[in-house]
Amino acid sequence: MATTTNAIEQKQAEPITVAYEHPWVVRFAHWVGAVAVVVMITSGLQIYRAFPSFGPKIPQNNFWIPPRPIALGGWLAGGIWWHFTFMWFFIGSGLLYVIYQAATGHWRQVLFMPRDVKGVWPMVRYYFLFGEKPPVDAAYNPLQKLAYTATIFFGVLSTLTGLALFKSVQFWWLTAVFGGFRMARIWHFVSMCGFVAFIPGHLIMVALHGWNNFYSMITGWKRGPEYIN
Amino acid sequence: MSHEPQASTEKKAETRGPEPVVGGSESNPDAHSRPAEPGPRGPSGEPVRDASPSERQRMNRRELLKLAPVVALAAFAIPRLQQPLVNEGLAFSDWASEKLFRRHRLAQTFSDSQVAPFSRFPYNYYDVLDPGVDLETWTLAVEGLVQRPGEYKLQQIQAFPKVVQNTRHVCVEGWDVVGNFGGTRASDFLRAIGADLTARYLEVECADNYYESIDMETMLQPQTLFCYEMYGQPLDAGHGAPLRLQMPTKIGYKQAKYLVSMRVTNVLKPGQRGYWEDQGYDWYAGL
Repeated sequence: MATTTNAIEQKQAEPITVAYEHPWVVRFAHWVGAVAVVVMITSGLQIYRAFPSFGPKIPQNNFWIPPRPIALGGWLAGGIWWHFTFMWFFIGSGLLYVIYQAATGHWRQVLFMPRDVKGVWPMVRYYFLFGEKPPVDAAYNPLQKLAYTATIFFGVLSTLTGLALFKSVQFWWLTAVFGGFRMARIWHFVSMCGFVAFIPGHLIMVALHGWNNFYSMITGWKRGPEYIN
Repeated sequence: MSHEPQASTEKKAETRGPEPVVGGSESNPDAHSRPAEPGPRGPSGEPVRDASPSERQRMNRRELLKLAPVVALAAFAIPRLQQPLVNEGLAFSDWASEKLFRRHRLAQTFSDSQVAPFSRFPYNYYDVLDPGVDLETWTLAVEGLVQRPGEYKLQQIQAFPKVVQNTRHVCVEGWDVVGNFGGTRASDFLRAIGADLTARYLEVECADNYYESIDMETMLQPQTLFCYEMYGQPLDAGHGAPLRLQMPTKIGYKQAKYLVSMRVTNVLKPGQRGYWEDQGYDWYAGL
């Protein structure tokens, strides 16, 4: 009995391979961005409640009234407080991430490129249709790259459409690029939908991949990464 | 990509040694991004090492500490701190808005065909649609930092060149409408009454007890009007007869209707910044 315990202890004390997957700037941007995107969506829905339409005021045809429980801030002004406060965290964390990835060259491992297209379907088949697991030969698979690149795309879209609405006179040309004030509102809403589509999928994947994978987004280190045999 | 599993095995074998240079391999981009850094790396350039439990604990703690600033965001979850914090956020947004504003940058104007029909220009009011202004006896009281204060008749305000413009009215709720507005350029009237144009604010009061304050920069923007006409007709009671503010560079609730007095000032009385602003809405509210 005692020898077995010793053997286990000895085994536990053995060094194992760890990989520093996420530099602290990336983790910092991820968590600030994660909080910010949730606040931006919920406070944005509060603002949308004030005029839940994409058409004219007269006649007003409501598109969808967001339920109160998912609308942050209690009333329109409250929604605006949160939205106009966290937009700085949202933009800041996004810029920090993009600049860091560009400066370090790390973008190469995560940016979805045309050559990744052919790898998306096998991953979808594996995850959702009980397909065979495609061989792992990189930190991120093509479906992951597509998802993460999409969040950057929606981040940029939401920022630009937000600016087109927030400063529709100072940046009137930007408002015009999106097809006018009402169209900019639609694109702003679409970018929100992009995040809403991403988040549950992301959370499910995190849950499926377990604590070790999740913990690497907190400390950066992943124990025994699967791509190292 | 198929060579990478081998490449990583190779690196693993050389743990603790210098990073193996993948010579001439164009398909391993990370070999180019960090040629000089020592240490073994994973297939995507992650630093890789072997670590005992105690080492791992130390490494994890160290990395955890670097994330400490994120915890500061938890301040937003403390009810007592929420209001002061979001007030700061709103104030910062206002500051940025004011910095972005250029007095000579004009709001987009629209052709007559893009103007919403008069019947589809919403009447928006906080209390009563018609405060019962007596148009016969109406005057605008002018006070504060002006050389010629006093009571001004509508005809005196209409004596300046009339500006007619098709501009977009944007409500804080999110709807917008393009309307046709006619009036006196605010800067013309402010100059005529000898207003101190270096003063910071214009305060206005309304017949329905609504009140507003506007930054002087915006008052001097050429499209800012003391508006007395919409769609070529004198303002009706619902749209603020006989005189209202019309500023395409500001959000709707700044466009005070039924004006009865104005005051040029450098100091806003507390609780007198504006009807909606004093309840929590954004003061600058610039577009």
